[in-house]
Amino acid sequence: MPTATKPIRIVVAKVGLDGHDRGVKVVARALRDAGYEVIYTGLRQTPEMVVDAALQEDAQVIGLSIHSGAHMTLFPAVVDELKRRQATDIVVFGGGIIPDNDIATLKKRGVAEIFTPGTPLQDIVDWLRRRFPETAAS
Amino acid sequence: MSARKNPVRTAPRPDPREVWQDEFESGSVREDGLETSTISGIPLQPLYTADDRPKRAEEFPGQYPYTRGIHPSGYRGRLWTMRQFSGFATAEETNRRYKYLLANGQTGLSVAFDMPTLMGQDSDAPTSRGEVGHCGVAIDSLADMETLFDGIPLGEITTSMTINSPAAILLCMYIAVGEKQGVPAARLGGTLQNDILKEFIAQKEFIFPPAPSMRLVVDSIEYCAKEVPKWNTISISGYHIREAGSTAAQELAFTLADGMAYVDACIERGMHVDDFASRLSFFFDAHIDFFEEIAKFRAARRIWARWMRERYGAQQERSWKLRFHTQTAGVSLTAQQPELNIARTAIEALAAVLGGTQSLHTNAMDEVLALPTDRAARIALRTQQLLAYETGVANTIDPLGGSYFIESLTDEMERQAETYFKRIEEVGGVIPAIEAGFFQKEIADAAFRYQQELEQKRRIMVGVNDFTVDEEEPIEILRIDPRLESEQVARVRDVRGKRDQAKVSNSLNRMRKAATGTDNLMPYILDAVRAYATEGEIMHALIEVFGTYTETAVV
Repeated sequence: MPTATKPIRIVVAKVGLDGHDRGVKVVARALRDAGYEVIYTGLRQTPEMVVDAALQEDAQVIGLSIHSGAHMTLFPAVVDELKRRQATDIVVFGGGIIPDNDIATLKKRGVAEIFTPGTPLQDIVDWLRRRFPETAAS
Repeated sequence: MSARKNPVRTAPRPDPREVWQDEFESGSVREDGLETSTISGIPLQPLYTADDRPKRAEEFPGQYPYTRGIHPSGYRGRLWTMRQFSGFATAEETNRRYKYLLANGQTGLSVAFDMPTLMGQDSDAPTSRGEVGHCGVAIDSLADMETLFDGIPLGEITTSMTINSPAAILLCMYIAVGEKQGVPAARLGGTLQNDILKEFIAQKEFIFPPAPSMRLVVDSIEYCAKEVPKWNTISISGYHIREAGSTAAQELAFTLADGMAYVDACIERGMHVDDFASRLSFFFDAHIDFFEEIAKFRAARRIWARWMRERYGAQQERSWKLRFHTQTAGVSLTAQQPELNIARTAIEALAAVLGGTQSLHTNAMDEVLALPTDRAARIALRTQQLLAYETGVANTIDPLGGSYFIESLTDEMERQAETYFKRIEEVGGVIPAIEAGFFQKEIADAAFRYQQELEQKRRIMVGVNDFTVDEEEPIEILRIDPRLESEQVARVRDVRGKRDQAKVSNSLNRMRKAATGTDNLMPYILDAVRAYATEGEIMHALIEVFGTYTETAVV
């Protein structure tokens, strides 16, 4: 665990109706092992519930997982909800079954990064470390 | 016997096994750091010999304990059913795909529902936003079901429906479409997934708590035993358990344990095991570790036969026979170099066939990216036809039976499953084990272990952690037109506006009242369906009585 600075808190959430939680759990464990404080919300979170959790937990990052194909609706909805609650400093990233063509659109809509199937866990950790160098986890 | 003359002194003949052992150990061994255990972690010998073959009486197909298959004639009698799971967008679009698949030689239908339908809510529910028609077809009421099977004679095909929490409702819709086509329920054939236990364990599409969920399952089994006797009332599924990250042995053990929990529940209802056992069916994954999968299928049949005969006292042979559907492993497919998925799927499908599956779904190469295009779906179906008609593998029953390796691995699978049965019993049975997060943790651990093996390159996924290419050519994928959602929303509202409201509310009230008691709910649900009550309305009424379930997430 980092000593000097506050560890980064990440809310990971399953948005949408699907229950495929293999990916989200593996990522949550890897982030925790990398020294981040990880809060997993569980399944079927609405965008409002995810943002509520992030604010309550004082999280700097939200990680979203979806496998149902509703990412184009639900990922931007989380970003919009953050705007509405004036919490745009919270960084949103996501993963799941997301076709390449959708990634650019999602980034334009304010999702910081998308990790697709086959991404090494280390890539996600490295990305977070680049994104938050000052509070790097252990 | 004559006296020995000129005795020749020869050196004792060396034991060929020892010679091989010496030569193997002194030879060079690859040092690529790759695991030599199965993908599930079962350690493997470099060679299996007669010493490894279990000592038991010779087994034959069609005979207890059916390790070599449930039919004496194997695929010589009848090939497996090629049953491609499909459904997307609206009932009308999916109906077109079904007719296309049937015209291309597919022999049974298999319905994929969209997430709102799977979760028992209508297309116009707030949380259905963005989900309608995406990973399956949207069905809100009997009207959609009529469109889905328009022009498809239900008396002549069999249909598999992958749905769980609201399974009873969708089955009633199918029965009601049959009524409209003039096909009596007794003539309907097909399979309802209806396996709520694996939802709690792995796929997580649960709605009601375990007890009322089990009641609905038993209600449908009991009802079908009388009214829809050709229907496979449940497809006890390891597929989702495996896809969630379990090992092959966990898939085998948890699935069969679920099966026994259903048998227990039906017996508790007062049914005799032989009245329903032959309509229980199973559904397994065919993963990429070829021999392990074949061993798993063989072990499944043997374990089930033994438990049904010895523990449950089933008298009829058909109650002992484990019949199963197989789907190739979605998780084994890669978004990278997706054409490779055709090869993976072919190998997995071959394992399913050599394992004696009754029906098979082969995944399309693009399923890791989206729902399959027509072209990808056709290649997947053609892969099965190639196996059935070109390769000759269907000519011999259980062709790997007697293999030192396969027989030994079959026994190992069985041993590991039995160990799990004991552990599950120690936790108090399947439902207490679910509530304690036992299965969920076992699966999450196995998934994490496998991911680490990939990260450390102790296992290779071609195109992902080795043999990669820098630039990938994009492949064509199926897009769901977002307008379909608003059209489906309009359709369900239209149905609500046109039906006889009094009939709907009366049927829902009767069902709600019955739910508080112990009546079999199927006739009440069927009445509500006939009145065009929507899926969401029926579920809502049941939720008022049963409540909902929330799991404690285990990471």
